[in-house]
Amino acid sequence: MSEKAKIRARAAALASGFESAGAVAVETPVLLPAEALLDLYGEDIRGRAYVTTDALRGEQMLRPDFTVPVVQMHMAHGAEPARYTYAGEVFRRQEEDQTRANEYMQVGYEVFDRENPAASDAEVFAVMQEALKGVELRAATGDIGILAAAVAGLETTERRKRALARHIWRPRKFKALLDRYSGKAEMPASRAALLAADDPMAHKYPDIGLRSQAEVAERIDGLRADAAADPISPLQVELIEALLNVRETLPNALEHIRDLAVDMPAITEAAFRLRDRMHALEARGVDVESLEFEASYGRTSMEYYDGFVFGFYVPGRADLPPVATGGRYDALTQVLGQGREIPAVGGVIRPGILVQLEDVA
Amino acid sequence: MTIKLGVPSKGRLMEKTFDWFGARGVTLSRTGSDREYAGAVAGVEGVELVLLSAGEIPRELAAGRIHLGVTGTDLVREKLGQWEQQVQEKAELGFGHADLIIAVPGCWVDVDSLEDLDAAAAAFRRTHGFRLRIATKYHRLVREFLQDNGVADYQLVDSQGATEGTIKNLTAEGVADITSTGDTLRANHLKILSDALVLKSQATLFKSRKADMDDDERVVMGTLLAQLGLDG
Repeated sequence: MSEKAKIRARAAALASGFESAGAVAVETPVLLPAEALLDLYGEDIRGRAYVTTDALRGEQMLRPDFTVPVVQMHMAHGAEPARYTYAGEVFRRQEEDQTRANEYMQVGYEVFDRENPAASDAEVFAVMQEALKGVELRAATGDIGILAAAVAGLETTERRKRALARHIWRPRKFKALLDRYSGKAEMPASRAALLAADDPMAHKYPDIGLRSQAEVAERIDGLRADAAADPISPLQVELIEALLNVRETLPNALEHIRDLAVDMPAITEAAFRLRDRMHALEARGVDVESLEFEASYGRTSMEYYDGFVFGFYVPGRADLPPVATGGRYDALTQVLGQGREIPAVGGVIRPGILVQLEDVA
Repeated sequence: MTIKLGVPSKGRLMEKTFDWFGARGVTLSRTGSDREYAGAVAGVEGVELVLLSAGEIPRELAAGRIHLGVTGTDLVREKLGQWEQQVQEKAELGFGHADLIIAVPGCWVDVDSLEDLDAAAAAFRRTHGFRLRIATKYHRLVREFLQDNGVADYQLVDSQGATEGTIKNLTAEGVADITSTGDTLRANHLKILSDALVLKSQATLFKSRKADMDDDERVVMGTLLAQLGLDG
């Protein structure tokens, strides 16, 4: 059997397993209108996806993942609750590393259910783990929602919280902003000069472009308010950093996060959700005692995950991409649903990596 | 057999390239009419001159259709992924200096740095309902640079020429372009962000790592490089 045929057979087996778990098999187009994806992911997606055009339909993107088309399909005519599975190729540009595949199969399992988020999170993880049974893998888990809650609970201005929340997925930028807002990094000289000017709006240039002088003035007001605001306290920065550094087995991580919640009450709810998820995972037969939890996990991947996140890795093979990844993406359904939303969680497996591992074995 | 040297086919870049080779005893010249893209090489045997658009020289080097080529570092890095594995820098030629920078309207008194640009982009998107547009032809370089520097909520729009005019025409809010003196930017009422130097570029002689050579051609290459005062 050719490698491709093996991968297809493996994908079909995985998908049929997901159907047995209650999912309905769905198909999505390979060519997607680029606009929705670009609006959602921004320019970064162009670096990762193949974009092509035709004179009639404009920019089209070769499916970089299934999540967006599946959510769109569900929002358009899906009944609730819903469970879907799909199998097919996705396409990713690999301009920095020729050895990484630019076309590969994904098999997914997605749950759209309002009832019990903890149970849905656990269901997706357990279904993935079951599908991967027999392969020696290391599971990593995290929860973007805890960090988001910690940011929302900071004792500082809404403006700062919004800026930090926007950059949760860019750790370096997040740190730079935290340094700035806590007074660790000084205000840049150009900004200090602007705020010290008698009339900061005075300049010798004509007013050009779509961004109006009113918008410029509004930002200066914002900068002025920011300069007058108290710095974020060292204790609060310490707590955020302590949270970011949590990395242990799930039960220990939960204890640790509950301790932090004493000083950071804003994460209390998120800690309860973590506890509920842990119990739901246990109820599904997952060995939570040895399950790794890392508070920073998932921060550098695509920014649509906003709660539970997970991945399955081949131990000792840092050269291989994860065999499976997934997470919760409630906010994404809000964006794509244009006013409607549904809590959603899902995961994908790369059968190609499984076949590659079995070939070696 | 011959080895092929690709040189920009017109303008100052071509003249300066001819001068640079001429000063090292390799005379490049155009032959035929002014409009015919044909050239000759004197001073070393077995080298064929290929006149090309500077923008196509990276691709031709990567394809191995020319052995050597003169073009800007900016074009090589924009157009070739993992460029170091496809071409080798042999010499910086000391002209064609240009910086790839990011510029915004001068009337944006609140924006001086990438940090400001990022904050302005977030507010712009909330106000206007779409991402702040930056016009450029250097998509890869600019995207990587902005990503590395934590700028979000922007989009790149393609502009192959007259890029500085896009802001006035309301088709972009900022530009990322090559500048040497900054005159065009100033004339279009734009200012350069203080920390947004994406790349410093100059005309550079590149050697293809992909072009095949037989033994004779290898000798020609060695002779030419020696004549130019460069290591093989």
